[in-house]
Amino acid sequence: MSDPEGASINNTSSGPVNRLLNSILLLWRDASIRPLIMQAVVVLLVVAMGAWVINNTMNNLETRGISTGFDFLSQEAGFGILQSLVEYDESHSYGRTFTVGILNTLLVSVLGIFFATVLGFLMGVARLSPNWLLARLSSVFIETFRNIPLLLQIFFWYFAVLAALPHPRQSYALGDALFLNLRGFFFPKPVMEQGLSAVFISCLVAVGLALFLRYKHRKQRVETGKGISGAPYLMAALIVGIPAITWWLSGATMTFDMPELKGFNFRGGLSIIPELGALLLALTIYTAAFIAEVVRAGIESVQKGQKEAAASLGLKPGKTLSLVVIPQAMKVIVPPLTNQYLNLAKNSSLATAIGYPDLVNVFAGTTLNQTGQAVEVIAMTMAVYLTISLSVSLLMNIYNKRVALIER
Amino acid sequence: MLKSLSSLKKVAVLGAFAAAGFAQVASASTTLESVKEKGYLSCGVSTGLAGFSNPDDKGIWNGLDVDVCRAVAAATLKDASKVKFVPLNAKERFTALQSGEIDVLSRNTTWTLTRDASLGLNFTGVSYYDGQGFMVKKGLGVKSAKDLDGASVCIQAGTTTELNLADYFRTNGMEYQPVVFDTSDGTAKGFDAGRCDVLTSDQSQLYALRTRLTKPDAAVVLPDVISKEPLGPLVRQGDDLWFNIVKWSLAAMINAEELGLSSENITAKKESTDPGVRRLLGIDGPKGKGINLDDEWALRIIEQVGNYDEVFQRNVGVDSPLQIDRGLNALWSDGGILYAPPFR
Repeated sequence: MSDPEGASINNTSSGPVNRLLNSILLLWRDASIRPLIMQAVVVLLVVAMGAWVINNTMNNLETRGISTGFDFLSQEAGFGILQSLVEYDESHSYGRTFTVGILNTLLVSVLGIFFATVLGFLMGVARLSPNWLLARLSSVFIETFRNIPLLLQIFFWYFAVLAALPHPRQSYALGDALFLNLRGFFFPKPVMEQGLSAVFISCLVAVGLALFLRYKHRKQRVETGKGISGAPYLMAALIVGIPAITWWLSGATMTFDMPELKGFNFRGGLSIIPELGALLLALTIYTAAFIAEVVRAGIESVQKGQKEAAASLGLKPGKTLSLVVIPQAMKVIVPPLTNQYLNLAKNSSLATAIGYPDLVNVFAGTTLNQTGQAVEVIAMTMAVYLTISLSVSLLMNIYNKRVALIER
Repeated sequence: MLKSLSSLKKVAVLGAFAAAGFAQVASASTTLESVKEKGYLSCGVSTGLAGFSNPDDKGIWNGLDVDVCRAVAAATLKDASKVKFVPLNAKERFTALQSGEIDVLSRNTTWTLTRDASLGLNFTGVSYYDGQGFMVKKGLGVKSAKDLDGASVCIQAGTTTELNLADYFRTNGMEYQPVVFDTSDGTAKGFDAGRCDVLTSDQSQLYALRTRLTKPDAAVVLPDVISKEPLGPLVRQGDDLWFNIVKWSLAAMINAEELGLSSENITAKKESTDPGVRRLLGIDGPKGKGINLDDEWALRIIEQVGNYDEVFQRNVGVDSPLQIDRGLNALWSDGGILYAPPFR
């Protein structure tokens, strides 16, 4: 260790300022550090810019006398919402309307993704079917629904559905339990009175055991060529049997809350509102038409030789499709399929046109207008859609990795 | 070393300039100046509501709300036709005014404390006294709003109507299902298709919407009025001169009716010796100086647009398709509550 004063390379004045500049210069000249400095500067500038935009917005809002902040979320909302998955009435807060809106958006998105996937796969496979009629019908379906704007389709289904249904007093009824009319589809609501949690837990246990059995069964089949005999029946017995026995032992009772016509409408029971039906129908059909094309592209990407090889091994066409073609096609299908899922989730915001109470209708609509806090409400709404989209992407990427690995 | 440091400095300085440049945008000239510079008034109206703001088959806007904007244009630009109408739905209206896209919002908007106090906007007066009502199909046999327990109700999103409805059913211990559409046209279609038993809105709108149903005669407007809905034009907060101009343009029309001035007799009345008439026409009295306008601003409003009664009768009165009685909107001297501050 030498004396720092004496070891100074610089023989000009060794004031603290100069030394600082020197060390900065050394860092600047270091090829591995310079890019880091540059990046840090860029990040700082971007952050500063963002902070300035936020600050400027807040200042301008304040000078114009527009209320800001998130206090409104705890104020009483005072308006009604047609459909809510959680408890809600007029006395709940604006914050609660946010939750109600998110859940309604998620409900229609999840159901839409499920049905669109099923219908899309069927249509995509059908389009490649050797059956002339099936292939043509599927082409017509795809080309029709893919090429009409979604908003028009939503309106069409909404008013078509409404036009086809009778007034509540002339409902289509199945016994005294199921009713279908202009106000929706009404069905009995099961009410668990006691022992609910025990039955619920036993259901989970049963499903868990069944999955474990399935895993064992498959593993044994791969290893020895023969699975556990009667495994599917055993699984079914587990899933039905365990909850049934628990139910019987715990003495849980269940009653039904029946829908009943009182005055203008049915009261009690559960119902599916026509807005949900129409929106779901439109989103499902529209997205399924795109998914069908994605599936077709995926199937066509699998080389013909694969099918021929499967055929020469004696696999039937159905087995060829499910065991040879689809697994290889998934690698091509999944990334664009993710896009379709994201589109569906975002398109669900068109709900507002027919009055389905989704996030945009309830929160970015009524709540925004009653509170006037556009910046906060829109920012929160955008954050929700971003979160939904990123989550869907993430899940699909994980799935994509799995199908990609299996293929090789 | 110096070179690299100074280039960094340059970046920082440029950044600061950019920031300052953006900040400049926020400050603008007064609304009156910008309107005069543009040469037209930008007026926010509804997306189509018969009697209040509705384009005719030639695309010319008509209605009571429209005429309020025409009056402001007549006063400031000397030409009632120099108005650009911007159709807005209930959800968009306040943002459009806050952001400066429009100069005046005249779109059957109810004056409430929240809107006046926390939106950065000001109501300039009341151009129409309305109240919320209900329309039902005749076949239901409903006689009063109290019979509506359990009904499905079509409403327009983002209106005071939504809140009044909730309050009304809550205080009366009744249930309802709100079906919320984003345009008034949507509510009419939903009602027509039978999605709801009841359509609720301001009464004036109910009459207008009834004309759009496939069978207007099959629907009735119930006599119950469940709320106060004073409708009026709005301007941005913070420009008091513009606020005064819009406020007094409306007041000029109401005062003109009170003084018996109309677009038909105005030429003759220019020679009047009545001091009230002379003050309104800018011959004597305060004239236009206090609101930065020429002296004949009110005269032009009456000449080009007419007095309040003319505007009312032409758009919503008994001879129009809406057939609405003056009722509350009659002058205070005729048994109504329409009352404008005097020209003095």
